[in-house]
Amino acid sequence: MKTPSGWRSGDGALWLSTGAVTLTLLLTVTLLVLLGRVGFGHFWPEPLSTFTFDPATGQAPVVAALREQSTFALPEGGMEARTLLRTGNRDAAPPDFRWVADARLHSVRFDPAAIELERRSWGPALGLLAPPEAPATDRAALAARQWARLEGALALPPQARLGTLTLYSADGSARPLALAEVVRAWRPNAMDLREKLSLYFSRIGAFISEPPREANTEGGIFPALFGTVLMVMLMTVVVTPIGVVAALYLHEYAPQGPRTQMLRIAVNNLAGVPSIVYGVFGLGFFVYLVGGSLDRAFFADALPAPTFGTPGLLWASLTLALLTLPVMIVATEEGLSRIPRQLREASLALGATRLETIRHIILPQALPAVLTGVILAVARGAGEVAPLMLVGVVKLAPELPLDSTFPFLHLDRQFMHLGFHIYDLAFQSPNVEAARPLVYASALLLVLMIVLLNLGAVLLRAYLRGRHRDPLG
Amino acid sequence: MNDTPTLAFDPADTCLNVEQLSVSYDGKAALREVSLTVPRHRVTAFIGPSGCGKSTLLRSFNRMNDLIRGVEVTGQIQLFGEDILAPAVDVTVLRRRIGMVFQQPNPFPMSVFDNVAYGLRLQGLSEQRTLEREVEWALRSAALWDEVKDRLEASALTLSGGQQQRLVIARAIAIRPEVLLLDEPASALDPISTLKIEELIGQLAEAYSIIVVTHNMQQAARVSDYTAFLYLGELVEFSATDDLFTRPQARQTEDYITGRYG
Ligand SMILES: Nc1ncnc2c1ncn2[C@@H]1O[C@H](COP(=O)(O)OP(=O)(O)OP(=O)(O)O)[C@@H](O)[C@H]1O
Ligand SMILES: [Mg+2]
Repeated sequence: MKTPSGWRSGDGALWLSTGAVTLTLLLTVTLLVLLGRVGFGHFWPEPLSTFTFDPATGQAPVVAALREQSTFALPEGGMEARTLLRTGNRDAAPPDFRWVADARLHSVRFDPAAIELERRSWGPALGLLAPPEAPATDRAALAARQWARLEGALALPPQARLGTLTLYSADGSARPLALAEVVRAWRPNAMDLREKLSLYFSRIGAFISEPPREANTEGGIFPALFGTVLMVMLMTVVVTPIGVVAALYLHEYAPQGPRTQMLRIAVNNLAGVPSIVYGVFGLGFFVYLVGGSLDRAFFADALPAPTFGTPGLLWASLTLALLTLPVMIVATEEGLSRIPRQLREASLALGATRLETIRHIILPQALPAVLTGVILAVARGAGEVAPLMLVGVVKLAPELPLDSTFPFLHLDRQFMHLGFHIYDLAFQSPNVEAARPLVYASALLLVLMIVLLNLGAVLLRAYLRGRHRDPLG
Repeated sequence: MNDTPTLAFDPADTCLNVEQLSVSYDGKAALREVSLTVPRHRVTAFIGPSGCGKSTLLRSFNRMNDLIRGVEVTGQIQLFGEDILAPAVDVTVLRRRIGMVFQQPNPFPMSVFDNVAYGLRLQGLSEQRTLEREVEWALRSAALWDEVKDRLEASALTLSGGQQQRLVIARAIAIRPEVLLLDEPASALDPISTLKIEELIGQLAEAYSIIVVTHNMQQAARVSDYTAFLYLGELVEFSATDDLFTRPQARQTEDYITGRYG
């Protein structure tokens, strides 16, 4: 006897839904893998080689990392295989990325004396620690001497790094490089796996913890990460109480008639208003009207230079709070309506006032729903970019909005934001190829940040739910 | 309505005095001109078929009907001579004086201790010693102490249905009300738990005036001193329990207690 298979037993819906879930998971995993591979692969020390070209091209040899290989259709017909080389040295030998036809590549040599340097300006420098044509033993000795000097210098604070390093290019020409300019250096061809791993993680650490350099194409993203987290937290602090109070009014106090129903529908529809509209509203209402009035009332001395009448952290947080308010209200009200009437009646019958009932019975019961609202609000708010560009986010903020000078939290300051940072890297960057891996890495960090923020709320909610679970229900 | 067989008590022995009470929900009458007096320190039972207005009458006594939209109440109710339907009455004070146990056990999702202490804390009692003493007294009075004394901090939702029902009784009596309203306190219970609750009612009657709604006529006969029979929102008969069950005066009462309808 044969048992009927899924389709025959009429379980098509099961298969369909399983398929849909699998597809969603697959897409999510693909996204994360892609972001991780391109974004965080960037921090892995790439091997460097000396590329020599067909003499007919007249191109000088270069020390470069192989970035990508691809086939191009030629205008005169036919296909051509090309390789993207990352050559660095934007100052001495631009450009720092170049496509070369594979047919013109003469030879590729792997040189243990190759070095990559991260610099304070002009992007990475790639080169050799010893002249390419010297005898092997001399080369090794010179490279070792230079490397030792470099390591010694890097151990010192930047101001104390005196002197220069001689960097040789593939054609044998030498140029001096101020040690004070160097941020970090490594010899990818002479590293073992352990050294590579340690460099990899220290570069990722620097990416997360350092401010950006050179129009955001180098360095880290710490201010953007910090600005995003701070803004999301401020937003949560504002939206949670307002959302809960509004939901309490709608569900506990307002007379349940057509008027309240209209209000509810209006709130629901607010969730569908495009976010840029909130940005415009925030600019017009918060920045110009509220901020302008604040300036006239309290900061008149500073005028015409605005204090609060200009985009800043406070207005961005308030705009996002407004944007996420509908989600918060809807989620909280949903939770309120799940609380059985019997619990309210039990409390009231014991002589509690309505407020006491809300405080002791309803709010504790609604807390998981409130946290669901927070999760949804954070997920929505942390990913918004468009409205923020109008009300406080900038490409590069010289100061963090939180520091050690009074009043510590500077609500009036403009700040950096990961979402906007990604946009900026992707579209406004002067150096697209250099910025590309950072776009992916920043996107992955943004996703991770939202996941972490949410995970906190989810765990808290699970804890609250578990505390008084009915074993039978 | 003047021919309704009813009883009158000496004002000193009267707990609740209901006159011409009518209640309607959204214009639909649930109670029609009900008049009766509930004696003090006695058990009074309300019986009648489902939907006849027993719960509505009970909920009028502690003004729980106020919470329902579209409800309209006319007539008078006096608690020991005081008008309790007057708009100026502070319902929170009234509800402390008239405790209520609902048809479905509804413990709060808190610990057993916190459930019983809830009403006491509302009244500003915060001293742990006093709270513990009062909670123990209430749980003992509700015949629950021995079963829960080792798990006072456990969630009340882990108790059995019968224990939950006694817990909400303990919660109601912890604040020492003068009147206790019990709406079908044993409807969801097994015979043994029911018996415990019935014994409990008997004991509590020494200190409280008790009104109990029940569908079970044997139960009404066992626990109550007086019984009111309601039918379609009207009071049909109110007399001593023994009289009502042995010598019903109204035709409808007789039909109901002999099981011809309801
Ligand atoms: N909240 C309400 N809104 C509208 N009508 C109600 C409401 N509560 C009760 N009623 C109506 O009032 C009438 C009396 O209801 P009540 O709950 O007092 O009956 P009951 O005697 O307690 O019945 P049961 O024995 O089934 O509990 C019923 O017709 C019921 O439909
Ligand atoms: Mg009822």
